[in-house]
Amino acid sequence: MSDANHDVRTDSSDRSVATNGGVNKSLLIPLAVFVGLVMILAVGFNLEDPHFLPSELIDQQFPEFSLNELNAPQRIVTHKDIKGQVALVNVWATWCPNCLIEHPELMRISREEGLPLYGINYNDESVKARQWLVRHNNPFQFNIVDDQGKLGIDLGVYGAPETFVLDANGVIQYRHVGPVTRRVWEETLRPVVDLLLSQASQSSTVMEG
Amino acid sequence: MIVELGHFSLILALGLAFSLALLPAVGVYQRQPRLMQMAGSLSAGLFVFLLLSFACLAYAFWNDDFSVAYVARNSNSALPLQYKMSAIWGAHEGSFLLWTLIMGGWTLAVSIFSRGLTLDMRARVLAILGALTIGFILFLLLTSNPFDRTLPVFPADGADLNPLLQDFGLIVHPPMLYMGYVGMAVPFAFAIATLTTGRLDAAWARWSRPWTNVAWAFLTVGITLGSWWAYYELGWGGWWFWDAVENASFMPWLIGTALVHSLAVTEKRGVFKSWTVLLAIFAFSFSLLGAFIVRSGVLTSVHAFAVDPERGMFILGFLVLVIGGSLLLYAIKVSGIKSEAGFDWTSRETMVLVNNLLLVTATGAVLLGTLYPLIYEAMTDGKKISVGPPYFNAVFVPLMLLLFAAMAVSPTSRWKKTPIAFFTQQWRPMLASVLIVGALVFFLGSSFSGVVVLVDAMALWIVINLVRDFWSKVANKVQKIPSLFRQSMSYYGMLLGHVGIAVTMIGVCTTVYYTQEKDLRMAPGDVVSLAGYEFRFNEMRKVEGPNYIADQAEIEVLEQGVRQTVLFPEKRFYAASRNVMTEADIDPSLFRDLYVALGEPIGGDAWAVRVHYKPFVRWIWFGGLLIALGGFTTILDRRYRAVKQARQTSAAASVSSNPASSAAV
Repeated sequence: MSDANHDVRTDSSDRSVATNGGVNKSLLIPLAVFVGLVMILAVGFNLEDPHFLPSELIDQQFPEFSLNELNAPQRIVTHKDIKGQVALVNVWATWCPNCLIEHPELMRISREEGLPLYGINYNDESVKARQWLVRHNNPFQFNIVDDQGKLGIDLGVYGAPETFVLDANGVIQYRHVGPVTRRVWEETLRPVVDLLLSQASQSSTVMEG
Repeated sequence: MIVELGHFSLILALGLAFSLALLPAVGVYQRQPRLMQMAGSLSAGLFVFLLLSFACLAYAFWNDDFSVAYVARNSNSALPLQYKMSAIWGAHEGSFLLWTLIMGGWTLAVSIFSRGLTLDMRARVLAILGALTIGFILFLLLTSNPFDRTLPVFPADGADLNPLLQDFGLIVHPPMLYMGYVGMAVPFAFAIATLTTGRLDAAWARWSRPWTNVAWAFLTVGITLGSWWAYYELGWGGWWFWDAVENASFMPWLIGTALVHSLAVTEKRGVFKSWTVLLAIFAFSFSLLGAFIVRSGVLTSVHAFAVDPERGMFILGFLVLVIGGSLLLYAIKVSGIKSEAGFDWTSRETMVLVNNLLLVTATGAVLLGTLYPLIYEAMTDGKKISVGPPYFNAVFVPLMLLLFAAMAVSPTSRWKKTPIAFFTQQWRPMLASVLIVGALVFFLGSSFSGVVVLVDAMALWIVINLVRDFWSKVANKVQKIPSLFRQSMSYYGMLLGHVGIAVTMIGVCTTVYYTQEKDLRMAPGDVVSLAGYEFRFNEMRKVEGPNYIADQAEIEVLEQGVRQTVLFPEKRFYAASRNVMTEADIDPSLFRDLYVALGEPIGGDAWAVRVHYKPFVRWIWFGGLLIALGGFTTILDRRYRAVKQARQTSAAASVSSNPASSAAV
């Protein structure tokens, strides 16, 4: 039996040697086409990835604005109102299902993280938005009414929800597209926030010193 | 606890998949029958743990366990039970668990129904299926775990299943589609297994044919259901949109269709061997590519759901490994293989080759159209473009017309060489078809359209040739009834499949050219007439469903003053997800559908209403089901059972005596 096995194996190895010697080039065409396809997919995939901040927005001042506050329509809020502390600015709308998904996490952040959270109610109807906040609770210090979407355009908003991390000087340090889940908070937003907070405390001690 | 059990089962299944990929392969390498034989029990174990895992997720849905993130996102306590169950595959993670479970099901089926294979071949095929399953399970565990918890803070109620998916069509459509997608892994595994042996004989074609036909038939059912669902659920009356997700399922179908035909020729005539292997690799590759396109978010709107780059990179890596590896193996192993039998350009072999080339070209065209937006964006530094139906129709339709012409003559042509007279005499059925269709169009008083006459006449030509062929095989014989049974089930499958295509052709063409529709403003009491019917808007009312409230219109349909039916289209508001949905109402019948959908309220008590008259639209899906039925019929073919039994006895004998020699047979 072992002899028979041995024969079989040499036979097949002979075969593969013989075929290796004469690889027909045309048989490589499918592989070449596939490699091209993978390159397109890889490039396209990186293009479409909306998680990276367009470079022009990093380290820029938050765009200037002067808009109504959602729950106090007579009050005007401006870019100066969101300066002073490390803060999150969240772009949301009632028409956006993922905003509802991230909502519990935003509630938790506003409750537990001691970080001011500002909302931009984007391309929405204020009446509906107020009802939405009553129904689901309001995690925001205040809400900027961007019913025309102008501020959204200045920010380069891709689609709600988006979350911006601002340092104490009102400079955009990070942008997250998509819902803020617990994982997103722990793995991406919190490190940025912690870094900014530590920088802020350092610079204040330096100034005191 | 149950949820953790599901997660744990999935991890155990991963271990079994590793064992299934490795142990039988080692057995093949070391010629140890005991290791090779383990493939069967490992397949069974793999399936059992995948099923357990799936059942645990089902339990979480049934039990409204919103501490599970996936359940919280896709279910709601008010969701009806059948939709809670279908919500399991309502989004990415769960649907991929279903995909993996189905993979386990196919693997188990191969291990059960391929006992007739040589031990060596069976071990190779199952090991390859096991290796693929490793990739699928790793993808679930690393990037898409449906068992992730949201503890300690979890929502009191779920966000609800997307209302579009709260529908019967979406209960059955994904499982059918996945049966097709994943089923293509079986001919793929057979092809790779054969390549690894280095012996590309006709036997593998016979082994993989029934599997391919079944997987392809499931894919056909899946696509048909998807088209039907889009028609009645999206509220636009469209049944095919050429969007990326549809194309993702259509490309493997086109390649699968080529494969089904090519396999038949390889089995019967021993030609096209290397080409058929390539098609088998392609068919599964397009299934995986479809998965990449749909699940990486590379082509879908970024607004819809969060895109996870991890997932895309994982699938892309998997694609490179599986497809790249197979194509490399193909290039190395196939060199030097020659077909034994020659054939003339008038032969049926040539016809099938034409069929294959046209289908592959069509697939290439669809692929190009699907990926062109990506290519364009890469070349122009981020400008966006969309390729719409005009492109696809312009490229696809002429190719299909050529294909239909080949289809009309091919089933009655002969192997090796067909007399030229056979082709020159085709003018008779062609002329008869044109005259019959022309007369029908004329007498029914429809407006004349050259395309409709052309396509419907081609469909009729296909059917006439099939009927003549069938007639010559059965009716000319003295004993008619016994000769009915003497025809192979493969032959009946072919008849059904081709008639199905003809039926779909007629449906598509007639619907496209003779649909009438009106978008208008209607208030209670208004009447609109369309295609000889009068639609009277009687009233609006509020109705309440289990998890939605709706505005419902009552629209009475009259034909010459006689009441035909009453339609109740709805505009639904789903409370939990705060989505508004249009629910069209349809009066279906064999020759026409009446389709009414509600748009938006336009002030006062008036509504925007869309009314369609769609002739022959049912034929599209009826034809699709016939095609699928044809695919299923072929596996009843006596030959496969005979082969199986013969091999079963010989395999059983050889296992006991000398496994090595049986493997070498």
